[in-house]
Formats: sequence, structure tokens, C-alpha cells
Amino acid sequence: MTMPRSVLIILGVAGLLAGAPERGDAQGSQDHQYTSQDIEAGSRVYTAQCALCHGVNGDTVSGIDLRRGKFRRSISDEDIAGVIAAGVPAAGMPGFTLRPAEVTAILAFIRAGFDPSGVAVKVGNVARGQELYASKGKCATCHRIAANGPRTAPDLTDIGAARSPAALQRALLDPTASMWPINRPVHIVTKDGREIRGRRLNEDTYTVQLIDQDERLVSLNKADLKVFEVGKTSPMPSAAGTFTADEVADLVAYLLSLKGMQ
Amino acid sequence: MRLSLNLRWVLVALVLVAGYPVLAQVPYDRIVRAAAEPQNWLTYNGGYFSQRYSTLSQVTAANVNDLEVKWMVQNQVFGAWQSNPLVVDGVMYLTERPNDVMAVDAKTGAMFWLYRYTPSDKARVCCGANNRGVAILGDTVFMGTLDAHLVAIDTKSGRPIWNTEVGDVNKAYSITMAPLVVKDKVLVGVGGGEFGIRGFVAAYEARTGKEAWRFYTIPGPGEPGHETWKDDDWEHGGAPAWITGSFDPNLNLTYWGIGNPGPDWNPDQRPGDNLYSDSVVALDADTGKLRWHFQFTPNDGYDYDSVQVPVLADMNWRGAPAKLMLWANRNGYVYALDRVTGKFLSGTPFVKVNWSSGLDERGRPIQTPQPAGQPTYPGNQGGTNWYPPSFSPRTGLFYFAAWDNYGTVYRKEESEYEPGRNFLGGGFTVVAPAAGAPTVGIGRRGPINNWTDEVGHGALLAVDPQTGSTKWRFEQFDVSDSGMLTTASDLLFTGGREGHFHALDARTGQLLWRASLGGQIVMAPITYQVEGKQYLSVIAGNTLVTFGLREARR
Repeated sequence: MTMPRSVLIILGVAGLLAGAPERGDAQGSQDHQYTSQDIEAGSRVYTAQCALCHGVNGDTVSGIDLRRGKFRRSISDEDIAGVIAAGVPAAGMPGFTLRPAEVTAILAFIRAGFDPSGVAVKVGNVARGQELYASKGKCATCHRIAANGPRTAPDLTDIGAARSPAALQRALLDPTASMWPINRPVHIVTKDGREIRGRRLNEDTYTVQLIDQDERLVSLNKADLKVFEVGKTSPMPSAAGTFTADEVADLVAYLLSLKGMQ
Repeated sequence: MRLSLNLRWVLVALVLVAGYPVLAQVPYDRIVRAAAEPQNWLTYNGGYFSQRYSTLSQVTAANVNDLEVKWMVQNQVFGAWQSNPLVVDGVMYLTERPNDVMAVDAKTGAMFWLYRYTPSDKARVCCGANNRGVAILGDTVFMGTLDAHLVAIDTKSGRPIWNTEVGDVNKAYSITMAPLVVKDKVLVGVGGGEFGIRGFVAAYEARTGKEAWRFYTIPGPGEPGHETWKDDDWEHGGAPAWITGSFDPNLNLTYWGIGNPGPDWNPDQRPGDNLYSDSVVALDADTGKLRWHFQFTPNDGYDYDSVQVPVLADMNWRGAPAKLMLWANRNGYVYALDRVTGKFLSGTPFVKVNWSSGLDERGRPIQTPQPAGQPTYPGNQGGTNWYPPSFSPRTGLFYFAAWDNYGTVYRKEESEYEPGRNFLGGGFTVVAPAAGAPTVGIGRRGPINNWTDEVGHGALLAVDPQTGSTKWRFEQFDVSDSGMLTTASDLLFTGGREGHFHALDARTGQLLWRASLGGQIVMAPITYQVEGKQYLSVIAGNTLVTFGLREARR
């Protein structure tokens, strides 16, 4: 999506007004390596100053994917810092007056692939990962990519754009601990005796939305339910023990390659 | 109405003598007696006692299901709409971010005028370009601006009359609150607690905009309380005042909640109690002189602003009539104070609290800082925050929005003060069930609640001030920044981030009615009456919705 320049400018200003970073000074970089503190601080600065236009995943401005290191002109960290300071007036990006530590933090965050935990994760071979996904992993039993596969588990079409390598690795090795709470399995019995199992999509004080085992979108009033259980255990088996470290790295590589509709 | 010739001459003479229009629409007397004209909503909090209780009773438990949408006003501006309208004789005065004021027909939503003030692009605020409303006196409404000016605007023409600089925008002073008019003065406080300001509350002559007095919320050298700061920490110690205060005309005291000390999360960097951060101050309304103070959180390291609305209530305390102040604090305790003297009467935790193990006999917290990396409860946004509470003299209960089971992990570090820049002293992370999972933020993050109640949830509490105990609670799945409104028909109206506008039985907490408005409610509903008919207005998302009872069909 391209936005009119005026809108981008307004959003840029709104971003400046909307947020102080939740943390201030970052540690400076040492020995040409960003610290985990830099990265973590960068996630805050990014959220406050950049995310409004560039998006949570850094890819909402066309031709740019900050998380994956895709820029229009910049190559070096110095280039990126220059763009932050001067802006790109022709494209509607305002210049930002940030302190050096904040610029360092943003760079660290971008270079770490937007992963606040800052873990260097081994990324293997995409083709081998795709093969494992289909065969040994049996991932397609529950997951869907593009138009292929069931909708039982979360759709992975753009998971490579939405998650960092470290987050993908965590999800493979410890699915229960890394499951986002919204994705939890639900078991429901309505007051009129209907039993429903499925995956939660959304919830508020009065209602819950889910996709059931027959892939129907279901919205229910909580007042109509006799049983409403939210499971904490992920239905997905862990890759730990059954997959080698190299195989996990290959799966991570394949998942990372899933960037959604281009 | 025809005035006799003599009376007209008398009026003309009075105008000439006073040099000020005595026929002005809203003289001070009307604001003092706001409770006597419940058809109007004359101050941010509905009256000087800030009870947000209306004696209107046309809408009742029996007919609340007959409420229907009467009109709406759409906001064209991006961002949370925290404004609280005033209603005066059938005209609603409403602001939208950053600094627009509208005059709207309160019966139909049709607009009389729109005034747009464009704040300086140097304006810096921590948490959104908010404006929470105007104050009125005579034929003038008053608005604080994001770049820390105070603007007087004619109620009929929508044109500015005067514009006074309250604080220096280059040092990140801002105004987001609705001002408070007391007698012939306009009182306003400043934001900037995340930017190392030195906070203050100031009064301006309503006619001219000239400053009448200024109370610094951080005492300067030689003033009592200055010793609670070390070296030059007081010069940029924060202590903002960004929520409208209250006023007791009989005591001639005006009460203001004061915000966090700076830098926010590193108390080690500013040893001492850091007065009057996280306090309530009682000021002489004519001079701004401090009469008493009570500090809720000394040497705060958690951003526990005490910018809640001071709710004043005359009620029995331990069997004797008393002048009280009720206060649900961001730090997780609900307090009762003697508002004549500031004496601490009671304090009770209303959510999970682990930053302190309790309060001593003078109300001072016994602090129990958590080990590094361990969560602190309540979390950074607090057990409650600026969301306006309500007190119903009929039920004797105190109502406010709480964030339950919400914690954060704090990290402190040295920060160096630079004018106009963030001065935070570290950071925090909201406790979430999985690494990298979404968490609750300042404002709703979108229509899909993918953070869920596992990072904390909202609860509307009805607290008995006599005991501090929660008489009933109404749980919500998401947290809520919505304020409260109670009425003489014992209804309680409130909302939440999920966009539901609900009416509860104020005595029992039973849900009586709700409407799904599809956008977060981050203000307090109001009620008023035009031509004998009661209305309720609430803002959800980008829309102000006004409800009224369905007319009987003929």
C-alpha cells in the first residue's frame, strides 16, 4: 500500500507526539557489536518512534523491510542513522531528533531482526526445511501455508515476516511455553448442550470468537455457555528430541522464508 | 421576556461599573451550585467535589433498555479520544486532539462552531496528543494546549480572546487536562513528568490571562520540603499535574494530584522523599499557598503518578460528620483523608500489591522493592490511573476502574537530564505469559485482543470508604481506562477498551444494559438534560455517541 505523502507526514508527526520510548538511555555499542541492552532498548525506541509508519514488523512502507535488512538506499549503519536524522522528505518521512544512544538502539534492534531477546539463532537450509515441514514434521497436518493445509493451527503464510528466528526456534522447541495466549485451545459446552472445540481468535468481556474443528468461524455469548475452558497446553508436539539441531535450523530457515503474499 | 425600562438601565449601569458582563452565561455562582442544575455538566468532573454523580433520574433500571442512539459526532483526528464534554444550557463544548474545540447542539449534535489551535511542532508528550476538555466561566471557555499555552475562547463565536504561555514547550511542558475555574481565576497544571520538567499548578485571571499565582510542585531552595531532594535534582524532578483538581468553596482549598518524580524508574538517582511528587496538595484558592500535603508514594520508582481526581465527600467517619477526600491511587491503595487537615484516615490495597507490605499509622508505605528481574505489582500503568472515579452519596460507594493482576519488571539506570528530552532512568517490561507475546499497552492495540487477560484485566470496583473493602466488582476481560458516572436512580455508567458502554445497578453491580460501540472508551460518560429529556454522552473510538430514551410511539 502506498500512502499519500501528506498522510505519511501526519503519521510521522503523530508518532513523535504519541510516544516517549518506555526506556531511555541505551548502552553504547562496544567492539562493533550491539549488546542485548541495545537491542532491548531499541525495541522500545522503535515502537515509540518508528512503528507507526514502518509497522510492528518493519515492512509496511513499500520496498522496505527493516527487520529483514531490506532498505531502499542504506547499506551501512551510518546510512541508516543518516536517514533517521534527515528523514526522506520526498517519501514523507520526517527527520527525527534522537540522542546517539537511541539511534544506536534502533540500529541494534534492526540488525537483530527485531528480536528483543537478541539471541543469535542458527538458520539452516530452506529447501531441507520445507522437506522436513512436509514429511517428518507433519506440520501440514494442522498448519496452513497460502491456500494449502487445514486451519486447525495458526496460518503460517507470513510467519517469517511476523516472527524472529529466535521466536521460531522457541516455538519449535517449546510450543506450550511460547504459545501466544490468544491461540489457546478452547473447550466449550453451551447451555443448550452443544460441545465445541477449537482455537481462540478473539475474546472480550461478553463474547468469544473461535475457529472450531470443522473450520467454522463461531462467535458466542459467554452468558450462553455452561462450560468455557481455555487450555494452557499447546496441541503441537515439541521438536526437541525428535529433531536434530540441524533439522530445527532448517525448519527455522523455511519458516523464515514465508513472507506472505508479495 | 421584556425587561422594564428601569431594570434595563440598572443592568447597563452594572455592566459599565463592573466592566465585565454581569449577564455572562456562567458566573462563578452557577459553578458553585452546579449540583442544583443537573441538566448541565459545568466542570470536567461535574462539580467542584468531582463526584461525577448526577441527580438526574429519568433513566432508571426499569427503562434503561429503552435507551437508543440520538446523535453522534465523528472525530476526524487520529488517536485516543479522552475528552470530557461540558454541557451548558443546551450547548455542548467538546475538544478533540490535539487542540480543537467544538460547540455542538446538545440535542442534535449539529455544530455551531469549531476552533482549531495548532500547537507548536516542538510539543512533546509521553502518551499521546491528548486533550481532556475545557472549563467555562462567563461567556468564555478555557483550553490548555499541547504546547503549554492557555487559550480563552468566546463561547458564542468560537474566536480566541487571549492566549498565555503557561510553560516552555522547548522544555517539554504540555497541558492535556481540562482547566478548573475557581472564582475569577483559571487553574491549570502541566504535564512533562517523563521529560524532567519542574511541575506546577498556576492560576490565571479569567479576563486577561495574567498569571495570578503559581505553586511549584517541587519546593525551591529555602522552602519547606526542599530538603527531600538532593543537589540540583529538584530543578528537573518532574512532579507534573495533568489531571483536573477539585475545590471546596467553604474551606477555600483547591486540591491537586501530583505526578511522578523524574527520572521515572531510577529512585536511586534522586534520593529523598521527592516532595510533592505522588502527593495530593491542598492550596489556598486565592493565593496558591500550600495548606497541607499528603504523599502517597515517597521516592517512587514505579511511575505511580498521583494524578487521580480528588473526590470530595461529606459523610460520616467513625460515627461523626466529616469532610473527606477519597482517593484510589495508581500505587494500588484506596485512601480516605481528612480534607481539612490532610490527615490520613485509612488506606487499603484494592489490587495485588508487592511494592510495599502495608502503610504505617500515618499512611506512609513500608516499601518492599522486588529483586531485579522480578515483577512488581501493580505494574507501570498502576492499579488505577487518571480515569475519573465516581462517588454516589446515595449508595455511599466509591467507584473506579482497576487493573488487576497486572505487573511489570522494572530496570533502572542513570539518566542525564537534557532539556526537552526523555528523562526516564531505565525501562520496564509488562509481565506476559510467553516471551515475545503481546502485552497490554497505553491504549488499546487493536480490535483483536491477542494479549488477553493473562497480562492483567479490568475490574470496576465499588468500594465502601468506611472500610476500604470492595463491596462488589465487575470483571472485564481487557483493562479499562474508562471513568465512571452515577445517577440518582442508582445507575452506574462506564465503558472500557473493548468499546462496550454498560449500565450497572450501582448498589449491586448487576449488569442492566449494554451497547457495543466498537471503539475504546477512554473518558467518563456524562449526563445532561435538554427540554426536559435526559441524555447520556460517551466517546468510543472516534465517535461521540449520545443516548436518550426511546419516545413512546403514537
